[in-house]
Amino acid sequence: MKHWWWKIAAVVLLIVASVAGLYVPLAPALVRFTNGGDQFCPQRVEVVDATHLKVFVEVPEGLREAMTDLSVGYLRYAGAFYSKGGGEGFPAMDCGDEAPAPASGAFVFPNRSILYESIRNLHFHVPMWFTMIALMGLSVWHSIKALGGTNVLEHDRTALAAVDVGLWFCGLGLLTGALWARATWGTFWTSDVKLNGAAVTALIYLAYLVLRGSITDAHKRARLAGIYNIFAFTLLVLFLFVVPRLNAIDSLHPGNGGNSGFNDLDLDNRLRIIFYPAVMGWVLLGLWMAQLRTRTARLAEQLDR
Amino acid sequence: MRSTEILTLLRLEAALDLRQRAAWGGMLLYVVSAVYVAYLAIKSVQGAALWNALYWIILLFAAFNALARSFQREEGGRQLYLYTLVHPRSVVLARTAYNAFTMVVLALLSLLFHSLFLGTQALESAAWGPFLLAVVLGAIGLATVLTLIAAIAARAGNGLGTMAILGFPLVLPMLLAVMRASKLSLDGVAWSVTSTYFGGLVLLNVITITLAWTLFPYLWRD
Repeated sequence: MKHWWWKIAAVVLLIVASVAGLYVPLAPALVRFTNGGDQFCPQRVEVVDATHLKVFVEVPEGLREAMTDLSVGYLRYAGAFYSKGGGEGFPAMDCGDEAPAPASGAFVFPNRSILYESIRNLHFHVPMWFTMIALMGLSVWHSIKALGGTNVLEHDRTALAAVDVGLWFCGLGLLTGALWARATWGTFWTSDVKLNGAAVTALIYLAYLVLRGSITDAHKRARLAGIYNIFAFTLLVLFLFVVPRLNAIDSLHPGNGGNSGFNDLDLDNRLRIIFYPAVMGWVLLGLWMAQLRTRTARLAEQLDR
Repeated sequence: MRSTEILTLLRLEAALDLRQRAAWGGMLLYVVSAVYVAYLAIKSVQGAALWNALYWIILLFAAFNALARSFQREEGGRQLYLYTLVHPRSVVLARTAYNAFTMVVLALLSLLFHSLFLGTQALESAAWGPFLLAVVLGAIGLATVLTLIAAIAARAGNGLGTMAILGFPLVLPMLLAVMRASKLSLDGVAWSVTSTYFGGLVLLNVITITLAWTLFPYLWRD
């Protein structure tokens, strides 16, 4: 139990996060209506179904005849991303705050008109990249240990296993991302800094595998692959986290370039409490897979001998 | 690792290169041919974006071609001989410095041919200082990244193919940053805007050299 409790944790977290991630209701954050100059704060908002809301507004006495014009809804960070309150029949609306950017024109429900339910991909797509980075980091750690000189082949085996599994997560991340992009942006692939980063990552680690394949001597392979791994990972981190900021290129991704996303203000806590367990679950699963991969590789080598 | 060692190694590199002038001739001819092919394919280049892209792509390939041979000389006994004489870090620093010098010369000559064949229209509104700085920093950057890659590829025992596979994804950060910096300079954007890119380029170079300096001793011993 002492050694494998985290595997149980991985399974539990993944089941919880996947089920909750698919079933948690998404809700809008309706802030206020306007009728020309007058603003009304919605007293109560109920979700009817995926495209209908029931909004209860208290209209002052003299304005009731103007009800027919009451058409524009201001949504704060319209979408599955919303700030405070929300959900089915959220009672107390915080109408005191200024709504930063009113959603243009017509009332949008339930989500930012391009995200809709696809926001649930947050629980599946994003953890893939967290897991991949974690596995590549693990791989580099073992490469450093391998260069350190003790247990060279053992560390090298783990480094390879982590890259192997990490590449699978990279593939899944690309797949979930491409499907989401097709639904949201209208295309499977587009020129975006994060997509370039993903492509470069895949290229780097495929090159790592090619490099390994071209060397027959095990110790030499461990050393050269380790050096390349450390060099590549460092440049990759620079590429993923520094160059985009340097170039000030905005990504199309939520949370970048003015798109709502992973910030205090616009990611709902209800998504957040699923997202973090999902990340933990996937990372643990990745580590588990890497561990199994190391073990099978070790056994295969012992059988060869 | 001593500075005298590095100087001696640099002198050795220069002497060997002077002895094999054909290698330099080959590099130049490679660039000229590539530029000429681009010229035949496109005739006249309109706009700085394409001009800039072509320049860096050609320089990228020239860099692979030029630097692939930088560790091919150390076959068999010579490497062991060098190993007993000098610290590996001297070797990598000297080699990086010499390759950087080679690439800067190559980049400037390539710029000359590029303007000659593909026209100087793109250069008309350029901010010359930043543009040349971008060219120099980009050339140094390509050299620093590819020196260690060339060393790994040479140790792995196969030549240009492995180097290209290993190197392409790794030069991308450098290449994207430098292409952007040089494009902005070609458009004549003020230094106050572009200076962050140059800071980034210098940072990338420093990090790459530090990595090469740290990792090379492990590569060198057998």
